[in-house]
Amino acid sequence: MVPVSYYLVLSAILFALGVVGFLIKRNLITLFMSIELMLNAVNLAFVAFAWQWKSLNGQVFVFFVMVVAAAEAAVGLAIIIAVFRTRETLNVDRVNLLKL
Amino acid sequence: MLQLVLFFVFGTIAVAAAVNLLAQRHPINSALSLVVVMASVAMLFLLMGAEFLAAIQVIVYAGAIMVLFVFVIMLLNAGEEERTAGSRVAKRLGFPAVVLLAGLLAWTLLTRNQHPATVELSGRFVGSPVAIAQLIFRDFLLPFEVTSVLILVAIMGAVVLASPAGTTTGRGSPEQPPAKREE
Amino acid sequence: MKPHLHLWLIPLLPLAGAAINGLLGRRFPQRVVTLVGNTFVGASCAMAWWVFARFLSLPHEMLPYVRDYAVWIRAGDFSVSYGVYLDQLSMIMVLVVTSVGFLIHIYSIGYMAHEGGYYRFFAYLNLFMFFMLTLVLANNYLVMFIGWEGVGLASYLLIGFFFLRDSAASAGKKAFIVNRIGDFGFLIALFLLIKHFGSLDFGHLFPAISKLGVENAGAGLLTAIGLLLMMGAAGKSAQLPLYVWLPDAMEGPTPVSALIHAATMVTAGVYMVARSNVIFTRAPSAMLAVAIVGCLTALFAATIGMAQTDIKKVLAYSTISQLGYMFLACGVAAFSAGIFHLMTHAFFKGLLFLGAGSVIHALNGEQDMRRMGGLRKQIPWTFWTMTAATFAIAGIFPFAGFFSKDEILWNAFASEHGSWIFWSIGLLTAFLTSFYMFRLWFLTFFGEFRGDEASTREHGHGHIHESPRVMLIPLAILAVLSVIGGWIGWPESIGGMQRFDHFLAPVFSSHAEEAAVAAAGHSKELLLAGVSVLAALLGLFFAWLLYQCRRDLPDKIASALGGLYIAVRDKYYVDEGYAAAFVQPLIKGSTYLLWRGVDAGAIDATVNESAEAAQHVSDALRHMQSGNVRSYAGWVAAGAALVIAYMVYLGVR
Repeated sequence: MVPVSYYLVLSAILFALGVVGFLIKRNLITLFMSIELMLNAVNLAFVAFAWQWKSLNGQVFVFFVMVVAAAEAAVGLAIIIAVFRTRETLNVDRVNLLKL
Repeated sequence: MLQLVLFFVFGTIAVAAAVNLLAQRHPINSALSLVVVMASVAMLFLLMGAEFLAAIQVIVYAGAIMVLFVFVIMLLNAGEEERTAGSRVAKRLGFPAVVLLAGLLAWTLLTRNQHPATVELSGRFVGSPVAIAQLIFRDFLLPFEVTSVLILVAIMGAVVLASPAGTTTGRGSPEQPPAKREE
Repeated sequence: MKPHLHLWLIPLLPLAGAAINGLLGRRFPQRVVTLVGNTFVGASCAMAWWVFARFLSLPHEMLPYVRDYAVWIRAGDFSVSYGVYLDQLSMIMVLVVTSVGFLIHIYSIGYMAHEGGYYRFFAYLNLFMFFMLTLVLANNYLVMFIGWEGVGLASYLLIGFFFLRDSAASAGKKAFIVNRIGDFGFLIALFLLIKHFGSLDFGHLFPAISKLGVENAGAGLLTAIGLLLMMGAAGKSAQLPLYVWLPDAMEGPTPVSALIHAATMVTAGVYMVARSNVIFTRAPSAMLAVAIVGCLTALFAATIGMAQTDIKKVLAYSTISQLGYMFLACGVAAFSAGIFHLMTHAFFKGLLFLGAGSVIHALNGEQDMRRMGGLRKQIPWTFWTMTAATFAIAGIFPFAGFFSKDEILWNAFASEHGSWIFWSIGLLTAFLTSFYMFRLWFLTFFGEFRGDEASTREHGHGHIHESPRVMLIPLAILAVLSVIGGWIGWPESIGGMQRFDHFLAPVFSSHAEEAAVAAAGHSKELLLAGVSVLAALLGLFFAWLLYQCRRDLPDKIASALGGLYIAVRDKYYVDEGYAAAFVQPLIKGSTYLLWRGVDAGAIDATVNESAEAAQHVSDALRHMQSGNVRSYAGWVAAGAALVIAYMVYLGVR
């Protein structure tokens, strides 16, 4: 007897925490993990809606989100490795070669 | 009743782990907190009858992706984050902002939800592997195939990007001083 | 069966000459340029005389001879075509223009032989002939206007022929611009004609206008048209107040002054007024205006001419004055008298200018009469021909000028539109004309040589010498014409047949005017003729007195008159007045208002300001591109927050 909205609120809280982490943290890897947190929150919301509307399409969508997250994590971490090689730092403030 | 209790238990664990992710200074600690978040989210999936997804969440997300994160952390030997003036300002501005955001979303969802459906454990709606498979391999076949291509592309991209600078034939090992890219 | 007179050849032959010389003349040797420049005009002249011979044998009903060659404009009901209109008036004009023009071309061979730009000169001169002939042969006002504008263009090109000289370039511009002011009036008149009569064709217009009554009330459509046409004529023929360009036009080579500013172009205005006689005779106020303008101009210019020291300037003011006579004639409806004077004036004024050119050539460029004198022994041919011309212009019997000027004065007195005021002013002007022309004659050819001998030797010939034969032959021919040219207008009162007037009668027929003049009687005519001869002789006497006998008198009189003399000598400061009233405000207005204000201030500023604004905007926006990933993240979050807030707002509504 848990109202669906409770799950949605939880998803919102987790998402907000992910946003905060994305803005605050300076370590590139931690930044990335905040993004993963946001994705998880969204997955939770999808499943909640799938339950609300009694449709499995929501869960299928979560499946695809996970696939994409995996691919994105792989590529993103590869980029972080490449950045670390050239800049020798994981501090996101020092990755500023695009500065005008 | 049981569902409510379970929901609150696992929900609290998830939120606490997420806060811990933000609070920790060393990335490895953050990574482990994220694993805890994912595990509790998997439990919440189970509560909503998405058994296949719960399994996939543990196997893929917590089991593969987070392992990848941990590998990279160890590889790059990332250290603790420094404390700078900027980070303090960000913390002071950030937390109220997130509270505001979350509060806004929560209020909207709670007051405007027209369908106060409830979640119960029942056998009538379950995201079993059979049901999911029927959808994936029938209605969503094209996206499925596309995602397999996507994974292939991601693999190739990751290999190229992460290989030593200047060549993909692996001229040097990562322990060597990184060569500056030629302009 | 209308015979083919091939009139189109007459203007187009000189055009061919102009094209050949203009485009290719630079590479031709001088002899080829001469050949091209003269044979086409000569052919045109021969053609004109041939046409004249045929014209005399045409039956009465075929005149005026009109032929349309091609349609130019067709706009609804209104159409204009290229065509020719040959009646007695245009026949005379064609003969005068081609013959005198041809003689001046021959003269130029000698005069311009040592000048640079020889081919250019003949090209422009031929071009002028083309436009002038188009003007006189046109069968509608619009083609006439092409010629009108074209001669203005040729005049500009020829006045500014020595364009490297600042004064020459400015004089060319001045001539063109002042002409333009007159052309404005001409154009408005054309618009009125199109609006009210629907056509500019002579064949349609004149019969339509003839049906209208005389506008005695002093105002009306025809009066307006007449006044506007007069404005155009005043610009082209250098009448008050648009005469200021003609004295400056003396910057051009002397043959140009002879051809354009004495014999032909300046007479285009008179021709146009004569051609429009149908309009003018039905608008008495306009005619009165023409007569007054002509009369005053004649007097005004004559007074200025008395005090000038440059030989060409004297002749220029003399031209303005004589044109005033022609206008006076048209203004009292004595159109044929005006055309008669136009013809004789072409002879003697052309001769005077060519003779002056000969004098200048002999003195190697000297134009100031104060440095001339006693030349009659050294350049006898020039002397004798100029003597003939001087007697002609003074109006002494039996030279050409006497007959034409006398006819004008008689008509000014006796015509329905004339009055004794016109006659007396005309008489005074005749006296002044005689005076200043003989002044010129005495100063140039008599007494001691007052010039600098050394400067006359630079020509390479070593001494003051007569002009070459190629320059003297036209002088001689024109001298003969100056003597006998008036005899075809020998008035009936002295026993002649007045052939000229009868010839032109079909064009200007207006029985009322002729009756009035005839009624005044022959005896009065003889009396007035005698008075005008007396005035001329008086002028000769005074000139002899002041410039041959008592040479000290002119200076004494000048200092006695003081300011008046200086005002006259300085042309009554008209040029300065125009400059202050029109030119300076225009230049100041253009500089401050239009250039600094509008162009630099508004238009340039807009363009520059918008560029600078773009720069400012991008300068402000560039802070978004800091290269700092976290600030990018911050912007992304802020944008997302905005979108979410909007969606929440939508949902909440």
